[in-house]
Amino acid sequence: MTTVTRRSVMTGCAALAALGAAPPATPAKDEPTTAADGRVDIHMTVNGKRRALTLDVRVTVLDALREHLQLTGTKKGCDQGQCGACTVLIGGRRVLSCLTLAVAAQGKHIETIEGLAGASGKLHPMQQAFIDQDGFQCGYCTPGQIMSAIACVREGHANTDADIREYMSGNLCRCAAYPKIVAAIKQARTEMGHG
Amino acid sequence: MRPFGFERAVDIAHASRLGQDSGQGQTDAAVQFLAGGTTLIDLMKLDVLTPARVVDIGPLQVAHNSIEAGAAGLRLGAFATMSATADHPGVLQGYPAIAQSLQLAASAQLRNMATLGGNVLQKTRCTYYRDSSWSACNKRNPGSGCAAIQGFNRNHAVLGVDDTCIAQYPGDFAVALIALDAQVELNGPSGRRRLPFSSLHAPLNRRPHIETTLRPGEIITAFFVPPGAWNRRSLYLKVRDRASYEFAISSAAVALDMDGERVRSVRIGLGGMAYRPWRAKEAEDALTGKPLTESNAEAAAAAALSSATTHGYNDYKPELARRTLVHALLQARSITPADV
Repeated sequence: MTTVTRRSVMTGCAALAALGAAPPATPAKDEPTTAADGRVDIHMTVNGKRRALTLDVRVTVLDALREHLQLTGTKKGCDQGQCGACTVLIGGRRVLSCLTLAVAAQGKHIETIEGLAGASGKLHPMQQAFIDQDGFQCGYCTPGQIMSAIACVREGHANTDADIREYMSGNLCRCAAYPKIVAAIKQARTEMGHG
Repeated sequence: MRPFGFERAVDIAHASRLGQDSGQGQTDAAVQFLAGGTTLIDLMKLDVLTPARVVDIGPLQVAHNSIEAGAAGLRLGAFATMSATADHPGVLQGYPAIAQSLQLAASAQLRNMATLGGNVLQKTRCTYYRDSSWSACNKRNPGSGCAAIQGFNRNHAVLGVDDTCIAQYPGDFAVALIALDAQVELNGPSGRRRLPFSSLHAPLNRRPHIETTLRPGEIITAFFVPPGAWNRRSLYLKVRDRASYEFAISSAAVALDMDGERVRSVRIGLGGMAYRPWRAKEAEDALTGKPLTESNAEAAAAAALSSATTHGYNDYKPELARRTLVHALLQARSITPADV
């Protein structure tokens, strides 16, 4: 059977007892700690604030944000990694929060749509550009579009219309606001200092 | 999603030890390794994969994500992300087929998450495999039959199949790797070993639930692409149902080494067409030593598809594969020596 070392953590179902897993020793810094009911204590930094949570090990970053931190700006579309509505930045890179387990994001820095506007309420240039260019209709995909668009500009993948369309293809818009989204990204990339 | 035990590995030795029950080659293994998670978490949500334990190997990323392009060829750490590899100057310049296969795969978000090692192990998109309400799937439930053979099989494999499974290998990067004679480095409980990439994915042999030749606890740590003039004169051509963010219905990786007008050597991989990453040796043999004319390319493409078996909705595939390959070969020919 598995040797559980100081930094190895067992969490999850009661059936694990049947596997003969030893209880974890004192976890090292940044490792999840496990409660007797199989839930796991984790922490992550969300929009600059350190947040501590006790979650079922199955909870995704998306559900942790929406159901446990009441940050419902990040949207659940397909929940299968196919639509991009749940896009957030983890460690500065755009990823799909619906396919990321919260326990695997332990200690990471997460940025969501709620963290973009300044303390004064001034919108991020990308948010303002989506309004100025009418880059949405129903708005459901918009938080994911905006997070993805910010990363797209920072990556240097927003230099041409063709690049924007290619590198934004992971964000579906059923209202088909795509031409306006391209226009918004072009407006914001200048204000973001990327030409 | 079903409950599971979660463990985090700190290094390869630890991961191998925790993953000893991974089976790995088996689709129904009790332990699964978690890297980028883009396949595993998806299939766990769908109740297709139901591991009792998940071993997070994310912490291994830092030690195994370097990319080195030099005189000895290309070495790709298996924990490099698809996006980092696709954007790497040495890959872009020296190995265009590899860069293109990654640029044209998935979406920017998925490419940021997915590791190269996980990417080559991604599971088929067969809808009968991915939907557990279909009882007949030999890959998911050995011995239960195959719903796809009589079903909606428009994007199912025509090469390397038998009457137990026609699932298609969905990846792009693996098609470039197999064409370029890549090797894969594995690390596991019995130490480190190196395999030709072409022997990583198990042939079907009526056992669709055994997908790889990985031993229990083994983890892919690196890929190597040997040096050669053909690497720079290579490309990846992908045909799909929409312009971006879609799996191939047909693709070809081609690498050419020309001696004037004649083909000194050619390496060909086919995607969107086969049960596993596919090397088209028959087509390579048909072209070697000959001028790369359209008619010679057509003859080579015909040889590549001579063993194709279709099942109704995918009857169109062999012809699409032939045209894809001819197009790719002629496009590779037009890469001028100055570009190379």
